[in-house]
Order: sequence, then C-alpha cells, then structure tokens
Amino acid sequence: MSTETTQAAPARRTTGARGEAAALRNALASTPRPPRASAMQSLLAFGWRGMLKVKHVPEQLLDVTITPVMFVLMFTYLFGGAIAGSTGEYLDYILPGVLVMSVLFTTVYSGIALNTDLTKGVVDRFRSLPVWRPAPLVGALLGDSVRYLVAGTVIVALGLALGFRPDAGLGGVLAAMALVTVFAFGLSWVFTTLGLLLRSPNAVMNAGFMGIFPLTFLSNVFVEPQTLPAALKAFVDVNPISILSTASRGLMHGGAEATDIVIVLATAATLTAIFAPLTTRLYRRG
Amino acid sequence: MASQSPLAIEASGLVKSFGETRAVDGVDLAVGAGSIYGVLGPNGAGKTTTIRVLATLLRPDAGSARVLGHDVVSEPERVREVVSLTGQLASVDEDLTGHENLVLLGLLLGLRRKAAKKRSAELLDAFGLAEAAGKLVKHYSGGMRRRLDIAASIVVTPQLMFLDEPTTGLDPRSRNQVWEIIRTLVAGGTTILLCTQYLEEADQLTDRIAVIDRGTVIAEGTPAELKASVGSGALHVRLLDPDQRPAAADVFERALGAVHLEPDPAGLSAPCADAERAAEAVAELGRAGVRVGGFSLGQPSLDEVFLALTGHPAEDQDDDGATTVLREEQAT
Repeated sequence: MSTETTQAAPARRTTGARGEAAALRNALASTPRPPRASAMQSLLAFGWRGMLKVKHVPEQLLDVTITPVMFVLMFTYLFGGAIAGSTGEYLDYILPGVLVMSVLFTTVYSGIALNTDLTKGVVDRFRSLPVWRPAPLVGALLGDSVRYLVAGTVIVALGLALGFRPDAGLGGVLAAMALVTVFAFGLSWVFTTLGLLLRSPNAVMNAGFMGIFPLTFLSNVFVEPQTLPAALKAFVDVNPISILSTASRGLMHGGAEATDIVIVLATAATLTAIFAPLTTRLYRRG
Repeated sequence: MASQSPLAIEASGLVKSFGETRAVDGVDLAVGAGSIYGVLGPNGAGKTTTIRVLATLLRPDAGSARVLGHDVVSEPERVREVVSLTGQLASVDEDLTGHENLVLLGLLLGLRRKAAKKRSAELLDAFGLAEAAGKLVKHYSGGMRRRLDIAASIVVTPQLMFLDEPTTGLDPRSRNQVWEIIRTLVAGGTTILLCTQYLEEADQLTDRIAVIDRGTVIAEGTPAELKASVGSGALHVRLLDPDQRPAAADVFERALGAVHLEPDPAGLSAPCADAERAAEAVAELGRAGVRVGGFSLGQPSLDEVFLALTGHPAEDQDDDGATTVLREEQAT
C-alpha cells in the first residue's frame, strides 16, 4: 500500500512543490503558543488515545474476550452438570467469576501497550512534552478502563443469552462491574511496572499471563473450594481473586459481604500505592 | 533568567555514563540562536545521548547545559515548553492515523479540540500528507512517517528543535523533502540541532558542525573550515581487479600525494579538490596499466573526515557508547 502512495506522489510534487513550500511557511507562521494543557486536559487526551486504539486494534480486545467466552461455554456445558448439578445453576455461579477473569486478563495489555510505546520511541515524544508527568500513564489506564467495561459487557451479555439470571438485577450487575474495574485499575499498575522493566512486548505478555493465569485458576472462579486439599484451599481462600469473585457474585445475586468489598478495595488501593509511584519513577527515568 | 543569551544551547563538560560506558564524555557545545547546528559522528559516538540530555530525557552525570536560557537539570519543565524532539525512531503512534497523531499532540500542548483539528489539517496539507490523513501510520512509507514525525514536532512551533538523524534510511527524494522542510523551519526562526552521520547532510544544511567521537567533540567549525581541514574533496576509484590496488596506490601517491585504501578491496581514494588533477590521476592509472571500473570526484566521506581528524576510521557501533573495550584500552 505504501509503494502506491510513493509512486503517486511525484506527479503531485512537480505541480505542488512550490505550493507546499508556501503552505509550510504559513503553517509555521500561524502558531501562537497556547497556555499549557491542564492535568485534566492531558488525562483526557491520553484516555482518548487509549479508546482510539480499541477502535483501530480490536484484535487485542478479541484476544481477551474469546478465551473467557470459550471458558463460559466449555465449563458450563461440559462440567456444569457434574460440578453444580445443572448447567443453569453452574452458569449463575461461574459467570461473575468469568467476568473477573476476562477483565483481569485485559489488564496485562496495559503493560504490553506501555512496553510497545517504549520500544517504538513514542514514550520519548511524550516525555519531552510539557505535560503533567504521570498523565501518559494515568490517562492510558483510564482509557483501558473503558476496555475493561467492554470486555465485561461481552461476558454479561453472553451469560444473559445463555440463561444467566442475576437476582439483584441490573443494579447488581453494574455494581459488580464497577468493583471489578476498580480492582483491575489497581492491578494494571503491576503490569505497567513490568512493561517498563521487561525488554519486549512479548516478554510482558508471557510474564503477565504466567502470573495471572495460575492466580485465576487457583481461585474460586470455577469451583467451590470445599473439596480441595487443605493447603490449596487455604491459598484459594486468601487469593484476592477469590474474594473479588465472591464479592461480584454477592453483588449480582444479592447478599454481598461488606468485608469482601472492603478487602477488594483495600487490595486495589495497596497495589496502586506501591506500583503507581514505581511505574511513574521508572517512566521518568526512561 | 529568561533568554537574554544569544546562544540557544550552552553545554559544558556534559558527561553521561551507562554502567561502565561513558556514552558522553565531556561534551561542550555553543549553538547560536536561529541557526542549524550539526552534530556529526558515527553510530555510537554519543550523538543521541547528547540530544537526550539536552531535551531533558536524561539527567547528565556531570557538567551543565542551558537550553534557551533554562537549565536542563533544575528547570526541565521550562525547557520542555520551548523545545521539541524528533527522535531517531519515528516517534509517532503506529496504531493511530496521521491526523489522530497530530490532534493528540495538539491537545497535549494545550490546544482546544477544534483548534487541534484545524492545526492538524494545516500541517498535513503543508507536509504533503493530506491524502494519507485518515490512514493508520503503520501503513505509511518511511518518508511519510518521517514527515509526520517532523510535523508532530511543530504542532506548536518550538523555539528549538532537536532532529536526530532525520534522513537515515530514506530514499533520495524523501531525503530532499526533509531537507526542504528543515530549511523552511530555520527560515521561520527556529533553531535546530541536527544529528547526522552524513557529512553531505551537514554540509548542505548546517551553519556550524561539531564532530563527535567516543563521547567528545573532536572538531568544531563551519562546514567549509571542517572540509578545509580534511581536504575539500576526494577522488574515489574502483578497480576492475583488486590485485592491481598496490600499483594504483603508487600512482595516487605520486599524482595526488596521498592515498586511502577503502574497506572495499577494489576501492581507493585520495584527497583532491581539483577536477583537472583528478582527471590527470585517472589518466595516469590507465598509462600504468591499471584497469579502472569507475571513478568519482566528491566530498570526503565521514570515514575520511574521521581518518583525518582522529587517525582511525569511523567504526560503526550499534549502540551509544558500545566502544567500551576500545576506549578502556585507550584509557589505560
């Protein structure tokens, strides 16, 4: 495609070179320097960039939604009867958990995206701009939050189509999605840190999924932990992903424990408190 | 505190190390406002690191630098407000369209959305990219990407622009376009610090040049001064038979007073500014029975400049400061 344009250009240039030079001089003459962008303006601009990426590179979103969709279908119809007695009952159990899983998988992409910026030289450009220093990072994560919501919506819509019926209605579903998104925001700082430490986007992807995959499976996303060996059960019980899943189930079906929600929010806050400054420091160092 | 200084850049004794490697090892620069200043050197000489320090992307380990009157260490924010950087990698977002890239930068520089869109359209027009405005940058050719990159650096006209090897990897036509853009920028009053590996580029564009090698400035002056110091031109000859090179070298020694054996086993050159003397030397080769495949009279290459200035050829290193071993050997 690019050869086509290079070939088309010479014809234009013979007639337009002089005009282009004049246009260039005009373009250079006509810029009074605007006042510096506020922190909010720069955040919104970076958030907008994140959304544009969802639009132009939808594959990323597909990657992280197809796996959870497969899990919903496989687990519900293959194991649902055996695990929970009926597929319908199991769907009610598994769907909030898979919502958690799909959104948490998406957070790995925050790290991959940042590493891509770093290796492509885009970070240099942003760092040489007079903007609020953490804006590229925070703005990107805000944009990513939109991606989490899209991933979450796909899962919930699939569930509803298959017969998932949340007792707490739409309000409960929205509350669960909000809680998962807040937790994902906290967790994504871990991956942005990784994104700045590792050498290539692929390395971030491998390390990220190597961490998030077992953590998700060693939780109560797919099975109740009662039948597990004691040591494993102890781990599953304290795994923040279990607590997040339990809280999401509670919010969707009614009967959420306040303690669970507090633990989830506190974990998100702790992750942010540790990894956000770390990411910012690494980003500044470049 | 503001820019009363007629110098756009004043750097003295800049040092930046990465681990054991001193990528920049005591660089001094004095760049006049409104000029194009060239920093010439091979890969790994420390050009990029110097630019990154001046653009506040790296903190120097020692030394000081003021850019348009602002200290790069104590007032980085002020520096960022008046400079822009076009890095060696075309630092535009490949997953966005050209238009979106420019609008994004407009917004980040404080323009309102409408003004940012208008500015983007204006720049795309001026840089001959209007037709590609809605295309994703990953589908752009190298030259288009470069032009977009430069456009991105002047969304708000900077007072000083850093250009790091803006034409490396471009075909001649795209290169000429980029040169034209650079000339227009300077005519508009912008100061430019241009890093390049090509003597020809520095000669075409710059007012003054600093030649940098292994992290230090080894020569400084106008292009004319620099070329005079190394001989203003060179005769290059390619032989049909590499075995005849010793004979050809003898002829060059006699006719032109010097000879430089090129890395190509069939190539040799000698400093020579005068076309008649060059023609005479080539004729002399024929008389000596040396079969010539081709010859040209041109400016000295960077390699020859380096040979003249340092006594060693400009070896190509992949990364800034990758000559650690060599330098350590010299230091001891």
